[in-house]
Amino acid sequence: MKITVNGEALATDAATLEELCRELGFADAKIATALNGAFVPKSERTGAALADGAAVEILSPRQGG
Amino acid sequence: MTFAETKIADAFSIYGETIGSRLLLGTSQYPSPDTLRRSVEVSGAEIVTVSLRRESSGDGKTGQRFFDLLKSFGARVLPNTAGCHTAREAITTAHMAREVFETDWIKLEVIANDDTLQPDVFGLVDAAEKLTRDGFKVLPYCTEDLSVAQRLVGAGCQVLMPWAAPIGSARGLMNPYGLKTLRAFYPDMPLIVDAGLGAPSHAALALEMGYDGVLINTAVAKAADSVAMAVAFAKAVEAGRMAYWSGIMPPRDMASPSSPVAGLALL
Repeated sequence: MKITVNGEALATDAATLEELCRELGFADAKIATALNGAFVPKSERTGAALADGAAVEILSPRQGG
Repeated sequence: MTFAETKIADAFSIYGETIGSRLLLGTSQYPSPDTLRRSVEVSGAEIVTVSLRRESSGDGKTGQRFFDLLKSFGARVLPNTAGCHTAREAITTAHMAREVFETDWIKLEVIANDDTLQPDVFGLVDAAEKLTRDGFKVLPYCTEDLSVAQRLVGAGCQVLMPWAAPIGSARGLMNPYGLKTLRAFYPDMPLIVDAGLGAPSHAALALEMGYDGVLINTAVAKAADSVAMAVAFAKAVEAGRMAYWSGIMPPRDMASPSSPVAGLALL
């Protein structure tokens, strides 16, 4: 399955957002996720199924004004 | 009663939280994390602004490291939606920020134009309405336009953050009349001047006008000595507030001698 993560193309077998985060090493990271433009809370990543062409955003704290 | 004695009573509140410092500080563009840490410390800021960006590191720890640094400040964290150009983007970002930063406060930015970074006031009102319904405490980055302010207040905003000038422009208060009008129209609403302040004198002027606080980032972060500039802004904010509290002499057209006229020698 081909998806994008933070704008980069990625081939993955992860079936859910939770599996993807674990696969990328973000299991315990301070992150927030969105799938196809919609916020997915941490508690709902397990039920968030990934499909071919899915667009995932994984954000984390950064400096800001 | 002296100003110092009233200082605690002079604190203001945002969404029911008492804020002791009228200087809010952004955390971006500092030359190093240590310079940021020392600038926050000497500024006395109790609120610091932050953002969310794509996690880029292989270990997923870039955000965690910054989050740990933030926690060491002991200041309240105010996440923003900087870079969002639509209400939809801003709303999604706000929800993500609420989860990561564990706060329902959001500095709501919906940007209309990349050259001026001016607020898209239509998207701003739209997002403010929806986020308030979702339980957020919205601090909107807006213009000094009174009609927009009224719409934001109607949307549930209990604080407004009008710009002084475009973000990062250091041009100071471009429309003092508009800012005075807004202050006069909302005498009891917390109003914080956000964006475009370059010099401590700009901050002092905002406080002298009765604004409750200012948010500074670039002017401190990009100074040759950020830590010293943070002190300068802190002093200016305190001076401006003290002057407002003390009662500023109104200007007049004609001179008036300060030395006594009576007793003047005839030489």
